[in-house]
Amino acid sequence: MENKNVILDIQDLEVRFEVDGEIIRAVNGVSLTLEKGKTLGLVGETGAGKTTAALAVMRLVPDPPGIIGKGNILLNGKDVMEMSVSNLEKIRGKEVSMIFQDPMTSLNPVFTVGEQIAESLEIHEQLSPADAMIKAKEMLELVGIPGYRASEFPYQFSGGMKQRVVIAIALACNPQLLIADEPTTALDVTIQAQVLALMKALKEKYGTAMIMITHDLGIVAEVCDEVAVMYAGRIIEKGTLDQVFNNTLHPYTEGLFNSLPNIKNRKSELRPIPGLMPDPVNLPPGCAFEPRCAYAREECGLRIPDSRFVSDHIVCCLAYDDPNFHIRRKGGKNVE
Amino acid sequence: MSTANTLKPKEQLKISASKRYQKRSQGAEIWRRLKKNKGAMVGLAIVVILALIAIFADVILDYDAEVIKQNIPQRMQLPSREHILGTDEVGRDVFFRLLYGTRFSLSVGIVAVAIALAIGVVLGSIAGYFGGVTEEIIMRATDIFASIPNILMGIVIVAALGASTVNLMIAVGISSVPQFIRVTRAAVLTVRYSDYIEASRAIGLKEARIIFGHIIPNCLSPIIVQTTLRVASAIISASALSFLGLGVPQPSPEWGSMLSSGRQYIRTNSLLTFFPGLAIMITVLALNLLGDGLRDALDPKLRR
Repeated sequence: MENKNVILDIQDLEVRFEVDGEIIRAVNGVSLTLEKGKTLGLVGETGAGKTTAALAVMRLVPDPPGIIGKGNILLNGKDVMEMSVSNLEKIRGKEVSMIFQDPMTSLNPVFTVGEQIAESLEIHEQLSPADAMIKAKEMLELVGIPGYRASEFPYQFSGGMKQRVVIAIALACNPQLLIADEPTTALDVTIQAQVLALMKALKEKYGTAMIMITHDLGIVAEVCDEVAVMYAGRIIEKGTLDQVFNNTLHPYTEGLFNSLPNIKNRKSELRPIPGLMPDPVNLPPGCAFEPRCAYAREECGLRIPDSRFVSDHIVCCLAYDDPNFHIRRKGGKNVE
Repeated sequence: MSTANTLKPKEQLKISASKRYQKRSQGAEIWRRLKKNKGAMVGLAIVVILALIAIFADVILDYDAEVIKQNIPQRMQLPSREHILGTDEVGRDVFFRLLYGTRFSLSVGIVAVAIALAIGVVLGSIAGYFGGVTEEIIMRATDIFASIPNILMGIVIVAALGASTVNLMIAVGISSVPQFIRVTRAAVLTVRYSDYIEASRAIGLKEARIIFGHIIPNCLSPIIVQTTLRVASAIISASALSFLGLGVPQPSPEWGSMLSSGRQYIRTNSLLTFFPGLAIMITVLALNLLGDGLRDALDPKLRR
């Protein structure tokens, strides 16, 4: 795995939260690699551990109660787990940046947007406040906001514009890795499209690698090169966009696709996956998806499937012990 | 027809656009809302006048000749054209003494609160931000401090340090610390889990900069209100200590000690206690009006 092109290499990451004597297992053995300039879509329903895994990359998991149990995180070849606090402060915002879910609350209400963009430049690029402000205005122009609005406060901006400001802050120091945590969830659909197009354009311009956390498969199809599907703290299927979308292997991924509305037949009912995700305090001994899985066999409830290579990409499912097994969805379409 | 309606549509658009994008800083916004509150403006006017009197007391009055010089032949006079508020038991002009006393009362109030503010905000934000054992220790110590009556604590501190103006400030200041710790901690707790604090951590800011550069500025509203209201109660505490003879020593014209020395003559000349009491009341009332107005003006829920 000594590839110079690899920007992020996570091996066997485990994160748990200890609250009132209960142990919440949020991330259970996640392994990921991301190459420079590539975009990885981290997909899964609420509570699958996507955000926690991403926060762990920056060592921002709130501690207490969060504990990174084990695992290696190599960022640009440097071990994030071994880093001192002051080194972490140096890479945060400089090498890795994060865009948060809700632009309404992720800007500080008492400072102007210019000051907030400039702050990151002042500490990482050692610019004087005046120079940083000039660069901040350039960043604003870059995300499509007139530079003179740098002296305005967040409450004077609309939601989409705030998210642009957040993007400007995240990209101010030209990071190599950008973690976008559901960057468009809080925006309406037309603004979503604008923000996504902007992120895509900027990413290509600067060659930034990106982890796109989302539960919207449409966004994944739009911007991602690779896809990792998470369920109950594990990655259950991982491959390129084409592999996961057109050669779906895991029953859960199939369920996700099935629960999308059908654009050709608008009257057809949605087909959600039955049941709920297991309580992360009390994970089942076997495959976490077994209780909801249409293909489940007795063995599935007994042991945790390990990741294996089936046809062209990685999946975690015991059903593939049978070489003839295949799910109903095929070639991106449902074959019934 | 108003002028706006006679403009061409394009010009109208320009006007509304420039109005909307006009930079309106938070300070201007707060001032606009404070101006609407009549009580707060009256309070502010009185506070400003008192502050001017305090600052220029030396210019208006000759301290030795007019404030502390005894003039026994003219003692215990009722208000007259020569002495607007009469004279006290040793013939000093009560009005002049009250004017000069503004300086003592306001300075004791302000310095005491500044001491309390400095200690309280630092300890309160540490308790609120770090939580855990640190918070437990600070907050339990605060509870113990707060359980001692203010005046008793003041008496103990002044008794230990000796009666002087500076010690009075320290005593009153320290007894106001618990309120500031509590207010600051509560405000910090509401801010520290917000997304923009998480975001500031994600761009690599140091903890000290997060606390003092990002959290405290967002907690200023309750702290400002508390400061204004606390100056008022510090003036009362200081006057109370002076009344007990533990504050500003005679013959300095502190309102509390004037009240105290007038007490013996309350049956024959009650004006000697009435006027210093009135001065204290007006000052405290003005500060409270201002503080209440600030609280309304700074309340983010009322912000548009």
